Amino acid sequence: MTVPRGEVFGFLGPNGAGKTTSVKLLLGLLKPTSGQASLLGRPIGDLQTRRKIGYLPELFRYQGWLSAREVLALHCELAPLPRTSWNDEITSALDTVGLTDRAGDRVSTFSKGMQQRLGLAAALLGEPELVFLDEPTSALDPVGRHDVREIIRGLASRGTAVFLNSHLLSEVEQVCDRVAVVDHGRVIASGTMDDLLSGTAVKVRVTGLDGPGKAKLAEFGKIDDEGDQLTFTNLKPDRVPDLVAAIIGAGGKVFEVSPRHQTLEDRFLQLLEEEEK
Amino acid sequence: MPPTLVIARLTVQETSRRRLILALIILTLIVVGFSAWGFHKITTVTNSSGNVLPPEQVALITSQLLIVVTFMYSGVLALSAAVVAGPLISSEVESGLLLSMLARPVRRSEVVIGKWLGLAVLVAIYAAGSAFLEIAAVDWATGYVPPHPIELVLYVGAEGLALLSLGLLLSTRLSGITGGVIALVAWLMGWIGGVVGDVGTGLQNQAVENVGVFSHLILPTDLLWRGAIYAMEPDAFLATLRAAGTVGRANPFAAVDPPPLPFLAWVVVWFGLMLGLSIWSFRTREI
Repeated sequence: MTVPRGEVFGFLGPNGAGKTTSVKLLLGLLKPTSGQASLLGRPIGDLQTRRKIGYLPELFRYQGWLSAREVLALHCELAPLPRTSWNDEITSALDTVGLTDRAGDRVSTFSKGMQQRLGLAAALLGEPELVFLDEPTSALDPVGRHDVREIIRGLASRGTAVFLNSHLLSEVEQVCDRVAVVDHGRVIASGTMDDLLSGTAVKVRVTGLDGPGKAKLAEFGKIDDEGDQLTFTNLKPDRVPDLVAAIIGAGGKVFEVSPRHQTLEDRFLQLLEEEEK
Repeated sequence: MPPTLVIARLTVQETSRRRLILALIILTLIVVGFSAWGFHKITTVTNSSGNVLPPEQVALITSQLLIVVTFMYSGVLALSAAVVAGPLISSEVESGLLLSMLARPVRRSEVVIGKWLGLAVLVAIYAAGSAFLEIAAVDWATGYVPPHPIELVLYVGAEGLALLSLGLLLSTRLSGITGGVIALVAWLMGWIGGVVGDVGTGLQNQAVENVGVFSHLILPTDLLWRGAIYAMEPDAFLATLRAAGTVGRANPFAAVDPPPLPFLAWVVVWFGLMLGLSIWSFRTREI
């Protein structure tokens, strides 16, 4: 699996699938028991490569006894960036995440959302070539989430690769060029959004169908059965008339048929169910 | 600035901003003030014949009281070092604070050495500062100055550094509270081990005496404390102790000889071992 420069890559999976562990492995924070990976052409764990990487951890926490500006100065120093560039870098990063007004305040007085913004600012310092964002909007309000999407798009437009871990599938759908779905430490699907979301989900409101009647509809693919509401999770639109005819033939009465494009959430759940079988 | 020094500076800065340094300065000034008043009283005390004590007797009493006061200082230093070092790494791993820092081009060994260095500077400054103030106060109050003040500072400082090193090692694996408590208990056990060794010396029982030797090798704080005592004892008192033979050596607040050179060499090796183990332990820890 490769993530090219300038791409926004979404890494999805249920809790405990190994998303954060994968990021930590790539950053050299954990040692792999097997397998190989490289970042920016160098083996993982290479210290020099880390100069070009930004990272917002899922568990974000910064020195509460420092001000926001001091935290960013510390990261400039550890990066390390030339001292002459610190002021511009810090000012720009604070402005990008909307913390300019709180630059001199101690981090201990920040809300969780503001601390996450600060973490994002730290990850942006020094124009990194690759940025890892692990659940970057978990503590943000809708405005903050919108801002993060804009920041991610801005990073991609200047050629930075973004590796995005997120549970918020709608967000991933909006910003990612490509995604991979991981479960139990294994990638179970990957590709562009178009590759993954090629199907159409069809929701049908129907009465009068018993068990054997519903069983006759198996040829139309997987069904989410919620009583009077059936959802065919992956059905081509040109098969909808056949489906309606089959339901009526099986003794059902159709009240509503609503085809819609498959969402990432539909596909995500479908992949996980297939994986469990 | 190299990452090690950045981490060291950050450690000093954190201790300062959390007002630990201010609290220690205020407490030390209070103790120095009270002890100066107390030491001054020795010069005004009269004996059974109604006369003030002769200078030799004032010096003897002052030297013994100074040992007790210094024991308190070494205790404060050990306690502070253990309490501060205990959560030094573990709390930052648990909170996630180290995650973003270690994703920078920073080695884990640089984090360990930097944190040790930052606290070591504070321990050294506290040991030197408090010793200077206390000795100056005693000199002002009684005219007595311990015979080897520089060695006194070095031994007390080294004792604090030993507790700091042990606390840091424990901090790479255990939670802050657990590490701090273990370091403190180890310090007390080391002291008790030294006392048991003294009993062995008094009884001329080699097996019991070896308990003290082994405890000094495992955690050298007690023998470093004995070095500090030796640095405070006037020659006349030392002569009395030596004349008493093995009985004179069986006292946790007395030292007939300075710590032997091979032991001091072992202390240097011990510090290296503690730092090396801390680095290895942190490098192999999953965060």
